Amino acid sequence: MKSKRTLILALLGLALAALVVPAQAQMLINGAGATFPYPIYSKWFDEYAKVDPSVRFNYQSIGSGGGQKQILSQTVDFGASDGPMSDANLAKAPGRIFHIPTVAGAVVITYNLPGNPQLKLDGPTIADLFLGRITRWNDRRLARLNPGVRLPNMDVIVAHRSDGSGTTFIFTDYLSNISPAWKSEVGNGTSVQWPSGLGAKGNEGVAGQVKQLEGTVGYVELAYAHQNQLPFAEVKNLDGHFITPSIETVTAALATAHIPDDFRFSMVNPPGEKAYPIAGATWLLVYQKPMDPAKGKKLVEFLKWAMTEGQKMAPALDYAPLPDNLRQRVLQRIAGIQG
Amino acid sequence: MKAARYPWRKFKDRLMQLVMGGCAMLVIAPLGLVFFHLVKSGISAVNWQFFTHLPKPVGEAGGGMANAIIGSLVLLGEAALLGVPVGVLGGVYLSEYGSNRLNFWIRFSADILNGVPSIIWGIVVYALVVIPMKGFSALAGGLVLGLMMIPLIMRTTEEVLILVPNCYREAGTALGISQWRVVVQIVMRTALRGTVTGILLALARMAGETAPLLFTAFGNRFWTHDLTNPIAALPLQIFTYAISPYDDWHRQAWAGALVLLLMVTAVNVGVRVLTRDRMTEDP
Amino acid sequence: MNGTIALPGESKAAAARIGKWRLGDPLFKWLTLAMALVVVALIVIIGFVLFHWSALARHKFGWGFLVSSEWNPVEDRYGALPFIYGTLVSSFLALVIAVPLSLATALFLTELAPRWLRQPLTVLIELLAAVPSVILGLWGIFVMVPWLRMHLFPALRSAFGFLPLFKGPLYGVCMLAGGIIVAIMILPIITSVSREILRSVPNLQREAAYALGATRWEAIRVAVLSHARKGLFGAVILGLGRALGETMAVTMVIGNRPEIALSLFAPGYTMASVIANEFAEATTDVYLHALFEIGLVLLGVTLIVNALARILMNAMAGANVTRRA
Repeated sequence: MKSKRTLILALLGLALAALVVPAQAQMLINGAGATFPYPIYSKWFDEYAKVDPSVRFNYQSIGSGGGQKQILSQTVDFGASDGPMSDANLAKAPGRIFHIPTVAGAVVITYNLPGNPQLKLDGPTIADLFLGRITRWNDRRLARLNPGVRLPNMDVIVAHRSDGSGTTFIFTDYLSNISPAWKSEVGNGTSVQWPSGLGAKGNEGVAGQVKQLEGTVGYVELAYAHQNQLPFAEVKNLDGHFITPSIETVTAALATAHIPDDFRFSMVNPPGEKAYPIAGATWLLVYQKPMDPAKGKKLVEFLKWAMTEGQKMAPALDYAPLPDNLRQRVLQRIAGIQG
Repeated sequence: MKAARYPWRKFKDRLMQLVMGGCAMLVIAPLGLVFFHLVKSGISAVNWQFFTHLPKPVGEAGGGMANAIIGSLVLLGEAALLGVPVGVLGGVYLSEYGSNRLNFWIRFSADILNGVPSIIWGIVVYALVVIPMKGFSALAGGLVLGLMMIPLIMRTTEEVLILVPNCYREAGTALGISQWRVVVQIVMRTALRGTVTGILLALARMAGETAPLLFTAFGNRFWTHDLTNPIAALPLQIFTYAISPYDDWHRQAWAGALVLLLMVTAVNVGVRVLTRDRMTEDP
Repeated sequence: MNGTIALPGESKAAAARIGKWRLGDPLFKWLTLAMALVVVALIVIIGFVLFHWSALARHKFGWGFLVSSEWNPVEDRYGALPFIYGTLVSSFLALVIAVPLSLATALFLTELAPRWLRQPLTVLIELLAAVPSVILGLWGIFVMVPWLRMHLFPALRSAFGFLPLFKGPLYGVCMLAGGIIVAIMILPIITSVSREILRSVPNLQREAAYALGATRWEAIRVAVLSHARKGLFGAVILGLGRALGETMAVTMVIGNRPEIALSLFAPGYTMASVIANEFAEATTDVYLHALFEIGLVLLGVTLIVNALARILMNAMAGANVTRRA
C-alpha cells in the first residue's frame, strides 16, 4: 500500500511542480512549419521573449507542408512555409490567410568529390543530374562547363529530401522553370516523386548524406552547407553569369524579383547581373482574423518587430533580409491583421 | 535418430553449447554498446544546467531539457490517471469474474491492442482529439499514452491476481465479507506489489514512446502550465535534436537519451529488486 | 452496502454464497466489466477512425492502392506497394537475424546456463527490451550506420556481390540497416517469450531423453524443441507483429525512399515510417487520407499477425501450461 501511495503522491507532486514552476502567467502562441528558417525563428523568439516577457512563441519545425496543413486545420496560431500556399488550399481555409514574407535564402547544389573542386553548373545540367540522365561525373556536359577541372570517373548519386519541404519547393520550382523535361516528368511542389536517388529527412539529413558518401550531389539550404563545410556549385543565372550563392547574390535576386500584392511570389531565375537563380523567400502564415484576438494582437506586435529589429539578425545566420521597399509593404499588410 | 559415434555426438553437443552461449552474448551486446556510446557522447552535457534550464536557441551553447523532463512526467501522470484505474479494474474483471468465453475475447483484444503500432495510436488520437480541440495539447499526449497503457496494465494485473490462492477468497467469503470487498481488500491487497510492478513497468515503457507524441503533445520550447497547450517531452526533444544539424544539439540529444535510459533502467531494475522474493524463486 | 435488490454476482472464486443480497457486488462487477470492455471498444474505435479518415483515398484509388507503387504528391496519386514491400522485407530480415539468435539464447537460458548466470542474463535481456525506440535510432544513426557502411557492408559485398541482393552503391542507410535495427528491437521479446515456453516443457520429457542416453543437445532437439515447436512459432510470429509496427528507429536508418529495389543496400521505406515522416506534411486531403489508409493496412496486417501468434501460443498453453496457480 505504501509504495503505491508514495507513487501517486510523487506523480501528483511532480504534476503540481510543473504547474507552479512558471510563476507568472504567460501567453503561449503556437506555430509550426518550415525547417529552413528554423534557426532564425528560434533566435527571434528567444530575443523577443526579452522584448515582451508576457508572451512566448513555441515554434516546431515540422516542415512547410506541415505548416500549411496545421494552419488550415487551425491547430496552430501561425504557420510557416517556404512555398506559398496554392489557390486550392487557400480556398479551403476557414478564413483569409495572409502570407508574410520574413527572410530569403539560397538553395545550393552541394557535392562530395575527391578533392572537392569548385564546380560550375547551369540549369539544364542540374536538371539532368537530378533526372538521372547524367550518371557519371566525367560526363561530357559537366566537362564542358568545367574546363580544367579533373572530373572523376564515378557514379552520380543523387540525395534529396524525403519529407515535404520548402527547400524542395524552391529547387523544383527552379528546375521546372528552366527545364521542360523536368516540368513534364516531375513538376514542382513541397514533395515530388523523385526519378532517382536517396531520400533523407530534413536539410540536415541531405547534408549528412552528401558528407558521408563520395559521388553524391544534393541540394540544401546555404546555411547548412556552410555549417557542414560542404562545397557548393556556382550556378549560371539568366544573364549568363556564374554566381556563387551568398547573402549578397540573394539580395540581388530579391531586388529584381516581381512581387505581387499578396506576396505569393517566386524568385527563381530572376534577371540581374548578380542575382543567384535558386533562391526563395519564406513566409509566416496568419489569419486576417485570428481565432483568439488577444493572441492576434501579440502576433502583430511580434511581426512588426521581426520586420524591423529582427531583420538585423538575419545576415549572421546566412539569411538575406528583405529590401526596404518590400518591408514597408509588408508592414502595411501586418497592420491589416485584426488583432 | 541415426546412431552416430559417441565422440562425434559429444563434440556436437559441446559445439552447440558454445554456439548458444555465444548467441546469448550477441543478444546482450547491443545493450552494452548503446550504454557505452550514450555515456561516452552524453555524459559531458549532463550537468546541473541540463536539469534546470530551458533549451537555448540555435547557435548558443548550453541550455538544458528541464521542461522536457517535467513535461514527460506530466504526460505520464495524466496517462496514469487514465490507464491505471481502467487497466487495474479491467484486470480484476478478467481474473475474478466473467465467463470463459467473454474473458477469452477480452484477453484476446487486450493482447491484440498491445500489438497495435504506436504510430497508429498517434494518428487516431490526432483525428479524435487534436482536430476537434483545434490544437495540439498535453491532454492529447497524456490521453494517447494512457490508452496505450490500458491493455498492458490489464494483462499484468490479471496475471498477478490469478496467482492469489483461491483459499484467500474462500476464507473471506466464509467470514461473510461481501464479495467486492473480498476482491478489493484481500485479493488486490495480496497482489498489490505485483500490480504496482506492472504499473511502473508500463509507465517506464510509455516514458520512451515518441511516435504517438509527434502529432499530439507536439513539443514546446518553454514551460507550460496549461494542459490545453503543447508540451515538451523528453523522447520528442531527443528526436528533434538528433535530426538537427548542430553539434551542440547532438550533444544534448545524447545527454537526453542517457538521462531517459537511466530513468527507464532504474525503474526496471528497481522493481525487480523490490519484488525479488516473489519473482525470482523460479529459475 | 447491504441493499435489497441486486443480481447476485457470479464468481468462479466464491465457493459459497451467503444468503444476503448486496448492491456493492453487482455494482463493482459491472464497473470492472465496463473497464474490461474498454479494450474491445478501443479496437473498434481505432478501426473506425482509420476507416473513416481514409474514405477519400479508398474511393479514389480502390483496391489499386495496394498494388500501385506510385507515390506522387504533386499529382496527388498514391499507392502503398513500396511501403508494404519495405515493411515486409525489413521485418523478414529482422526475423532472419533475430530468430536463430533469440531461440539459441532462450535455450541457453533454460537448458544450459549455470544457475548464477540465468538471473542476470534475463534481467539484461529485459533491459534491452526497455530501451526506447528513439534511443536505439539515435545510436543507429550515429554509430551503427557508419560502422555498417565502413565495415560490414563492404565485406558482404565482396563476399556475396554476385547476388543481386548485395549489389549497388553503399549508402549506409538502407533496407538491411533497417532490418538490423528491427532485429535488435525484437530480440528481447522473442527471447523472453520463447524462454517462458521452453520452461513450460515438462521435465519428464528431458529426463526421458537423458534416460535413453541422449547428450544435452540431443535432449534439447528431440525432447524440448519438438515439444515446444508450436509455441516457439507463436513467439516468432509475435516478434513479427512487433517488427511490422516499429517506427522511430526504422525511420532513422532505412533511407526513406518509396522504391522497390532488389538490393538490400538500397534505401527503402516502411508503412510506419511514411506515416511518421509525412503525416504532418500532407497538404491535400487525399494525401492525408492516403496516409490514414496506410495506417489502416498496417493495422490490418498487425491484427492478423498478432491474432495468429496468440492462437498458436494459446494452443500451446492449452496443451500444458495454462495457469501457474
